[in-house]
Amino acid sequence: MSAVMVSRKVTRKWEKLPGKNTFCCDGRVMMARQKGVFYLTLFLIIGTCALFFAFECPYLAVHLSPAVPMFAAVLFLFVVAMLLRTSFSDPGVLPRALPEEATFIEMEIEAANGSVPAGQRPPPRIRNVQINSQIVKLKYCYTCKIFRPPRASHCSICDNCVERFDHHCPWVGNCVGKRNYRYFYLFTLSLSLLTIYIFAFDIVHVVMRSVDSGFVSTLKESPGTVVEVVICFFTLWSVVGLTGFHTYLISLNQTTNEDIKGSWSGKNRLQNPYSHKNIMRNCCEVLCGPAYPSVLDRRGLLLEKPGTLAIQLASKTSGLELQIAKAKAAAFLRKQSCDDAEYSGPSSTWSSASLKERVSTVKGRSPIAKENGPTPKSKSINPTETISNSKEQDPTPKEKASALKERVSCSKEKRQSSKEQGPPPKEKASAPPLASPDDLTDTFLEKERVH
Amino acid sequence: MATEFHNLQELHHSASLATKVFIQRDYSEGTICKFQTKFPAELDSRIERALFEITVKTLNDYYAEAEKIGGQSYLEGCLACATAYVIFLCMETRYEKVLKKISKYIQDQNEKIYAPRGLLITDPIERGMRVIEISVFEDRGSSASSSGSSSTSSSSSGR
Repeated sequence: MSAVMVSRKVTRKWEKLPGKNTFCCDGRVMMARQKGVFYLTLFLIIGTCALFFAFECPYLAVHLSPAVPMFAAVLFLFVVAMLLRTSFSDPGVLPRALPEEATFIEMEIEAANGSVPAGQRPPPRIRNVQINSQIVKLKYCYTCKIFRPPRASHCSICDNCVERFDHHCPWVGNCVGKRNYRYFYLFTLSLSLLTIYIFAFDIVHVVMRSVDSGFVSTLKESPGTVVEVVICFFTLWSVVGLTGFHTYLISLNQTTNEDIKGSWSGKNRLQNPYSHKNIMRNCCEVLCGPAYPSVLDRRGLLLEKPGTLAIQLASKTSGLELQIAKAKAAAFLRKQSCDDAEYSGPSSTWSSASLKERVSTVKGRSPIAKENGPTPKSKSINPTETISNSKEQDPTPKEKASALKERVSCSKEKRQSSKEQGPPPKEKASAPPLASPDDLTDTFLEKERVH
Repeated sequence: MATEFHNLQELHHSASLATKVFIQRDYSEGTICKFQTKFPAELDSRIERALFEITVKTLNDYYAEAEKIGGQSYLEGCLACATAYVIFLCMETRYEKVLKKISKYIQDQNEKIYAPRGLLITDPIERGMRVIEISVFEDRGSSASSSGSSSTSSSSSGR
């Protein structure tokens, strides 16, 4: 087994993650695919501050106070830190369902719906849950093959379901969701302050200098001031407006997505079940809540297996001790079933030992577990490619899983649900009664661009 | 549903994976991490209801402790904000500490209670905190017959 292991290439899980994200620094950084506007944001912030430090600060430090450039530097560093945190962190992406989980959910849905006559549309896949005496509908995501948790939404740009999805922001080059919303808010807030600060001190600088040398010569001596004033003027309206909007959302504990869709607008007596009905509590929950961990194990190790050959190789060459442990576990289970034995004594340790291997590899982020089976661009179930959790990599669960999937896919074909699987845009076509968040994400994207 | 799984199963190896049970999230209190304590039918013959409920309730308590919004989370949030969240690069957050405790608890439960019964709990964090996956293992001897081994497993478990 060790010889086989050494010859395999070790990859990290981020390399096999589905979705349209780009990863940098060996999985530490996670961004959307289109980063052009993010670079523009970075350029504008750094460029404007560089001009400020070059043209205004020397004069103001001498004629006003050295605290002026110092505070500007601190504010600038905070803005850049928040921007990078928002852009580089996992917004709260939900990993896609592994094949067994997807199959389990499919079977639950089929059981709930009963048999649908051929030619008829199957009913939309919705689960109702009651949250704080309010009925909330959980929608099924055909891409990720899960029922989305409340407040989660699928971002069509990143092709991921994101928890507490707010919006996809091209300016930061990432989705804004549960994990990075507070960084996004602090970024807009601090950027507003920085913009106001630079704008104000530009005016002060121009006024002070004009008193000495005249207005026109001041502008000639520091051309950077003109550029800064223009940039700050246009930035001010959009960023301050955005900060105000998000302050309003936070005080009501709503997301941009919910606001656009009008989920809790009050019609049909729908009230926001997540709000604490207290502005301070809502703000504290959003801004001072716990720092949620990422459930995408980007940097976990993944052993690459070229097709099924390696799986068979692994099972045949896997250590004899593994075979013995399994046989002993089987012997124990047989003994247990026959004798109705108690769970102490030497035989119990064998069962524990064999399952301990599984336990120890399941614990934490396992280097042996092969997960995220479907190939990155494939949206359909591919039975030949996944063993989600069998640690011994025997073909048995795979064959079982593939046979199951054939059954499921056959029953699906009867219901023409092949249309329902596929890339996210098809999600809109297949379920017209459901308001598609992807449409609204794009709508907001256009709105964002206007800003 | 259990019958279909067993009918499809091939029986090369001992202690092979029979089926998986997924405990779903309970959203009745909002988006906090909480799992349903409803006892799944597939585990009826494998484990006592009380033991299962204790495990799930303890996990729910751990997650509630991790996500509690109170004095400690405010302090952590404000301190981190003051350092522009650079401190998170060096310090372990409270949530991460609780996750480690959860991981240890699950391993402990697996070793003491679930493995002897041929079950295995997977840490929810490995499934995106969406489900608690419980793998149900069957040994070769009890599932050798071609008839649905739900019947054989119930007879072989001898309860």
